[in-house]
Amino acid sequence: MQDKNVALEHHWIKPYGDTLNDGKTQISFTLPVSSGPRACAAAVKLANHMGMTEVSIVHQSALSEQYSFFVLYGTLQHRVDFATIQVEKGEDKTLSLEETDLLIRKAIGRKIIVIGASTGTDAHTVGIDAIMNRKGFAGHYGLERYEMLETYNLGSQVANETFLQKALDVQADVLLVSQTVTQKEIHIKNLTQLVELAEAEGVRENLIMICGGARITHELAKELGFDAGFGSGKFADDVATFMVRELIRRQSNQC
Amino acid sequence: MSKINLNKQTVEQARNYAASIADQVQSFVDEHTTVAVERTICRLLGIDGINVHQVPYPNIVVDHLCDCNLLSYGVANLIGTVIDKTGLTPQEVAEEIDSGKLDLRQWSLVEKNRIRIILEPYVSQSIKKIQQHRQRREEDLVRFGDKTGPYLYVIVATGNIYEDIVQATSAAEQGADVIAVIRTTGQSLLDYVPYGPTTEGFGGTYATQANFRLMREALDVVGEKLQRYIRLCNYCSGLCMPEIAAMGALERLDVMLNDALYGILFRDINMQRTLIDQHFSRQINAFAGVIINTGEDNYLTTADAVEEAHTVLASQILNEQLAYKSGLVPEQMGLGHAFEIDPEVPGGFLMELAQAQLAREIFPRAPLKYMPPTKHMTGNIFRGYVQNALFNMVTALTGQKIHLLGMLTEAIHTPFMSDRALAIENARYIFQTTEGLAEEIEFKAGGKLQQRAQEVLDKACQLLADIESHQLFGALELGVFANIKRSRSGGKGLDGVARKSLSYFNPFVESFTSGGVKHAR
Repeated sequence: MQDKNVALEHHWIKPYGDTLNDGKTQISFTLPVSSGPRACAAAVKLANHMGMTEVSIVHQSALSEQYSFFVLYGTLQHRVDFATIQVEKGEDKTLSLEETDLLIRKAIGRKIIVIGASTGTDAHTVGIDAIMNRKGFAGHYGLERYEMLETYNLGSQVANETFLQKALDVQADVLLVSQTVTQKEIHIKNLTQLVELAEAEGVRENLIMICGGARITHELAKELGFDAGFGSGKFADDVATFMVRELIRRQSNQC
Repeated sequence: MSKINLNKQTVEQARNYAASIADQVQSFVDEHTTVAVERTICRLLGIDGINVHQVPYPNIVVDHLCDCNLLSYGVANLIGTVIDKTGLTPQEVAEEIDSGKLDLRQWSLVEKNRIRIILEPYVSQSIKKIQQHRQRREEDLVRFGDKTGPYLYVIVATGNIYEDIVQATSAAEQGADVIAVIRTTGQSLLDYVPYGPTTEGFGGTYATQANFRLMREALDVVGEKLQRYIRLCNYCSGLCMPEIAAMGALERLDVMLNDALYGILFRDINMQRTLIDQHFSRQINAFAGVIINTGEDNYLTTADAVEEAHTVLASQILNEQLAYKSGLVPEQMGLGHAFEIDPEVPGGFLMELAQAQLAREIFPRAPLKYMPPTKHMTGNIFRGYVQNALFNMVTALTGQKIHLLGMLTEAIHTPFMSDRALAIENARYIFQTTEGLAEEIEFKAGGKLQQRAQEVLDKACQLLADIESHQLFGALELGVFANIKRSRSGGKGLDGVARKSLSYFNPFVESFTSGGVKHAR
């Protein structure tokens, strides 16, 4: 992808409307003032501050007496040099269930023990279930279906302390943490606490720690001290592929 | 005229199985009480507030009762006895227990008839207050007229009751009919109810009596302005189920999520505890004229909506029979279901339509609660808006009543004010433009919709037969709902259950059961 772009010499890019680098962008937001000409002028000025010119308010409506809603289009002045954009490279192709099981048999020679939970006060099991439940999600079978994985799904509202203790009890190789509620950054606090706990117990290095959730990115996970993070659009097979490759990598480092 | 050619015999058979399951449950429930039931009785006797350590007085009294090993007698007997001997008020009794000046073991129990007379002024005070609230709601509904079509139901979930009020007021002005204040995550597992107005919460706002009162006042103000009655909804589930029902009754909430099965499956609350709690909470809701909502829609967030559709129906039929046991009438049964079929399934819309019509015809008087897509909302807000439009279509065609509006930003964040406004706009447009369409449509005889409805009904009936043979507790251990298994003695809250002694007494049950049915519409 990148090579192709370089070949086209489009280093500098902007949003695309219908012409290359026209910068066409749509945004919508609510302002805490009554709708009318002053509110519109304020909305345009905000868009200007965001780096947009030729701002056009295509829709405005009053949400109540004191709040107004805007949809705007404009031309973004900012641009980025695509050649300088670096992201942490994901591993190669995701393995299928069969390929993962086969690889574990060949390279590890025993079942990988995986324990998962939605931790802290988070009551949602939807994330951990999507990854772990046998049935899986959106056509991707869950970890419980893998022959070479031994799985424990503790469900929701598991305290970090309980989770870690249980992980040690079952001699888990991999910890999966799901976080659905992210209001007021509660997930950051909770995830950080789990890593700190594992470090305090002196077991962090023996564990592969993975977090997931709609608002989690791989970069965020790494920053918080996890080995990997999986956000929306990622499934059980992505998680399984990562854990087996990471375990193999760690084994070969030890040799 | 049935659109799906409903097999009435199968429905009756399914109801018979469910009634038998409900009988089994009820005979267990009748023999037991819980700490939550007793705390509720404290609250209804007028005990409120917190001590210097912020422990609610109802907890102080009932904890003391447990310490003295007296839970099985029920708190009413003990408080009544103390009042008889000392002349204190229930609140003073609680405060004296807290300061260690009073020990409930000091006196032997006074005879039940005397207790009844002693407690009568406190009992009738609460009963009267609840009746007044019910009357006010009914008067407002007459004064403004109640909505004939679906109630547009939206949630607020800022964590701060004052910010919730801003959002709720704006939503009402946009056209919302029911405002639900989502509870902070984890509240269902607290074995006490927090006190006072709160401004911090995660994914929602604490259910406290003060928060209930503040929101009720705000909705009354905006309702007056709009000349509509705006219903207020909260969650009476979890370990404080009946306490929250009592608080709701005392502050005129109109709709309450109230489903033990949901707590058992999704919050891992002990099944014995929560089914006992549910019965008393539903008696309170029945008496207060509250519409309960049940949580079957949640089954489909973990189980597949195509394959497990019959578990939703089976649970609705069971919840109906359990609700009758608590004195609820069909008009108070907001049985739940949801639009959760994967958008990639060919013909998925037909199955949603069949299921919704099936529920409508089996429960013709119930204000069915219909939940929007959540599981297959992706973050693509533009597609999400279309999914919600299709969901709105199903209600337009099948007459669901409590219609939870889908948010285009589901799976991204708790709704912004504009998300809610767009959702209301979507629903209003569809209901308006399809007005009269449902009456024009018949389903093809023997066609896909009728076949699907029949298949779901047959499987639901079979499932209820299986549950009856295992009894409900046994069936839950086998994982019949939502693919989740729960054990009879597992989960949270079992230590708060006690078998009633022969002299056990709950002074409110008599008033609720005599008044509730009389008032029922």
